[in-house]
Amino acid sequence: MTKAILINYEYCTGCHSCEVACKKELGLPKGEFGIKLTETGPYAYEGKEGPERWEWTWLPVLTKACDMCASRTEAGKMPMCVQHCQAWCMYYGEAEDLVKKMGGETRWALYTK
Amino acid sequence: MIDYEEFLDGIDRKAYHEGEVEWEEDGCTVTRTYNYSAPGCHDSCGVLLYTKDGKLEKVEGDPLDPYANGKLCMRCLDLDEMVNHPQRLKYPMRRAGERGENKWERISWDEALDMIDTYIKEEIDGKGLGRESILVGHGTGRNINWQVPFIAGACFRTANVGGIYFSGWWCYMPRVCGAAGPLGDYPIVDASETLPERYAHSEWVRPDVLVVWGNEPLKSNGDGYLGHWLNVCVQMGTKVVSIDPVLTWWGARAEHWLRPRPGTDCCIALAWLNVIMGEDLIDHEFVDNWCAYYDELKEHVQQFSPAWAASITGVPEDEIVAAARLYASADRGAIQWGLVFDAGTRSSMHWVEAVCDLMAICGNIEKPGTHVLVHNSFDINAGYSSVDLYADPQALERKFRKWMVGDQGLDFVGMSNCDAMASVLEAGEVPATGEPYPIKMLWAQSCNAFAGHEGQVPRAYKYMKEIPFIVYADPFVTPTMVAIADLVLPVSMSVERDSARTWWTPLRAMKKVTSFYEAKSDEEIALWLGRRLNPDLFVRWESAEDLINDYLLTDLAVVGPDGKVQKANFSAATDDNWGHTSVTEDGGPSVTTKCPYTFDQLVEAGGHAYDEWNATYFKHEKGMLRPDGQVGFNTPSGRIELVPTIFQSWGIPPYPVYTPAPETWETTPEIMEKFPFYLINGARSYEFFHTEHRQAPTMREFHPEPRVKVSPGTAAEYGLQDGDWIWMENDEGRCKQMVEVFAGIPDDCLSAEHGWWKPEEEGAVPHLHGCFDYNVNNLTRNFQSGPGGIGSPIKCTRCRIYKVKDGDVMPGEQITQLGGWRDDYQPMQA
Repeated sequence: MTKAILINYEYCTGCHSCEVACKKELGLPKGEFGIKLTETGPYAYEGKEGPERWEWTWLPVLTKACDMCASRTEAGKMPMCVQHCQAWCMYYGEAEDLVKKMGGETRWALYTK
Repeated sequence: MIDYEEFLDGIDRKAYHEGEVEWEEDGCTVTRTYNYSAPGCHDSCGVLLYTKDGKLEKVEGDPLDPYANGKLCMRCLDLDEMVNHPQRLKYPMRRAGERGENKWERISWDEALDMIDTYIKEEIDGKGLGRESILVGHGTGRNINWQVPFIAGACFRTANVGGIYFSGWWCYMPRVCGAAGPLGDYPIVDASETLPERYAHSEWVRPDVLVVWGNEPLKSNGDGYLGHWLNVCVQMGTKVVSIDPVLTWWGARAEHWLRPRPGTDCCIALAWLNVIMGEDLIDHEFVDNWCAYYDELKEHVQQFSPAWAASITGVPEDEIVAAARLYASADRGAIQWGLVFDAGTRSSMHWVEAVCDLMAICGNIEKPGTHVLVHNSFDINAGYSSVDLYADPQALERKFRKWMVGDQGLDFVGMSNCDAMASVLEAGEVPATGEPYPIKMLWAQSCNAFAGHEGQVPRAYKYMKEIPFIVYADPFVTPTMVAIADLVLPVSMSVERDSARTWWTPLRAMKKVTSFYEAKSDEEIALWLGRRLNPDLFVRWESAEDLINDYLLTDLAVVGPDGKVQKANFSAATDDNWGHTSVTEDGGPSVTTKCPYTFDQLVEAGGHAYDEWNATYFKHEKGMLRPDGQVGFNTPSGRIELVPTIFQSWGIPPYPVYTPAPETWETTPEIMEKFPFYLINGARSYEFFHTEHRQAPTMREFHPEPRVKVSPGTAAEYGLQDGDWIWMENDEGRCKQMVEVFAGIPDDCLSAEHGWWKPEEEGAVPHLHGCFDYNVNNLTRNFQSGPGGIGSPIKCTRCRIYKVKDGDVMPGEQITQLGGWRDDYQPMQA
């Protein structure tokens, strides 16, 4: 049984809610993060059109400080980042269950501890 | 992909205390309620407030709240830093030095009230002046939209509420009024927000195509609309068209990303009408049954070919056509519009009209997944119209109106005419008549005017500082207070006040969980002022809760001695005296709204109440839109008027046309050469709401400096790198921001942020926390509205750029010490 956080980062908007929610939960000072956004782009792919033209992608990374909100999940709550994800692209659960959500049409990342 | 029912099923409801309003947890008291500003935004999301020993410790989103589903933005998650901030205003203070010195002396609320009462009695009433010489200002969106106009009318007895240098009401009023012409009501994109069951509601379907036009809803969340609702739609399959010179999240995912030259978007709307009507891509059944003047509009738009639009907008003709076809081919199409319709064009009303027509001819009104026409829940509409209900009748007669500055037609905006206000302030008389009109006092509540909404801010500073008596009420000491206030009053934040508000749906209640020194809530300030200044009226309310209940149950209607309603608030320019409020033939019942709750009951019910009217689709087919109960729309003809007849009476040609911005390649090529960049200002950030949140350490960790986006081409040409500071300058003035090289912006555009000041920097003049140094409004202008005198082209002004050097004169110095950049301002002439 491996707990995991699954991110459908195709839809991440880079809104920073996960980062701030986590900082509040872990009490992290300036410069420290339990989850940290990465940003790729924006840049254009030559010769591509429509939604394939532009790359502008955010992907949150779980850091060493992340404990997947062990005390919260024990109490039945969601991890702070998952609960507050405004883009509805984060899921928490058993890794083997979450894997089944990855449908192959959009980009996903599965994080485990 | 999102499965909303799975999301709901996955919530451990016991862990989140379903059905409880308050409980103990980990040594904290937890309160389930809603947050509205201050500090804030246009929205009100469900929160769980954790307090300990009377102090706010933590904020979580409430997953059981259907409005935001617990998904809070970074600002609300960081609310504790604002609420507990050491720089908050704790007590009333009066100026101890000169204006601008930032020297203050603590006084009591009683002393403050004496100052205000004495000033009004001696300098206004005692000098034979009317109460119209008191101006009342407020900030946007935050939960003061019913309180401050009420304070203006009921306490100060003036009818003059508005932004002074807020030329053409360049926020929201153009869209609200413009849509009322053709549609009779206001449309919002249907992302299921009117339904308590949200995305799982059996009738709701996501839009097939969403056009995001000139705004970034994910960051702005404007007009009571959470942008991330639309992200959910995209995950459910909605295709995107982005119309915006700047790349956004939407543009990077769009089937078509159209990049019009700033100020020209109206041409695309007109060309889309041309394509969609010309190629007969319309919804025939809807047009036949529900629209008027189709043939007239079709003939009119024949002149607006895609080639014509391409030549003005710079968007290739085939892209204009392809995007129009995609929108029109959608069974369910939706258009998300934003501030640029009000502030980035001289064609506000006609652009709004054309876009409403695009909605209508494609049948995208009142159908799930398109646009729903909305009212404020339970017909609770108190707002600007409260001013007219309660102001002194003579002051109401002298309310700032468009005729005073020579604009034609009936007034159709509830707020005082901002251009008349500014012009009278500058001239000391009514431009149309030469009649003296002295301005003696400004009361401003929760608006950091110079850092925020005052356009052409050097001019605003020059004339506003001449107002003899100025009172500001705000949670923080702002640079605007430092610059011009004589008396400052501490205001409670949302978590420190009981309150309630509708902005569409649902109705929401905010429950007080803590307090801060001597700060009073906006409702308490109304009572504090009113009991002294208008005691006869204020016997009606013993407590803030009484006032809130009156808002909920009578919509703050004027009530006669018999307890019957005498006059009610209206919600739209097309309403009669009774507005949407229910009244009986014999003069009205004592309770008039449809609100089922008192404040306490609303809190106990979980803090929100959805309104059945808003939650109903196809209202036009059910006789729900018209006061007479007939099917159809709330327009004179009962149909959607594709050429709105009411525009004529408002002084606006009813056929939509493109009115160019003051500076264009077609009309002023020499200015375009001299100032080679479009300055698109007002770029939103996740970290801030307008001028707010600059004090919060965590927000500044993420966003330490004001940023201006420049293209890689421009960066190469000017030798700029990320982190360089540049001046943006035109004939009005200049401001500086930090360069962010950004691939998603055209070479001839800059996208700069607004609302900047630095609470950590020197407050006294000349610096004023830098509120002038970073201020894009040093470059904007007033009095440039298009037809109807509404809307302003301030987001498409022109400028040049160059690097900031050591020794440069800072704008704060230039404006406060050296007389600004201009000495030839002219008020509007009638």
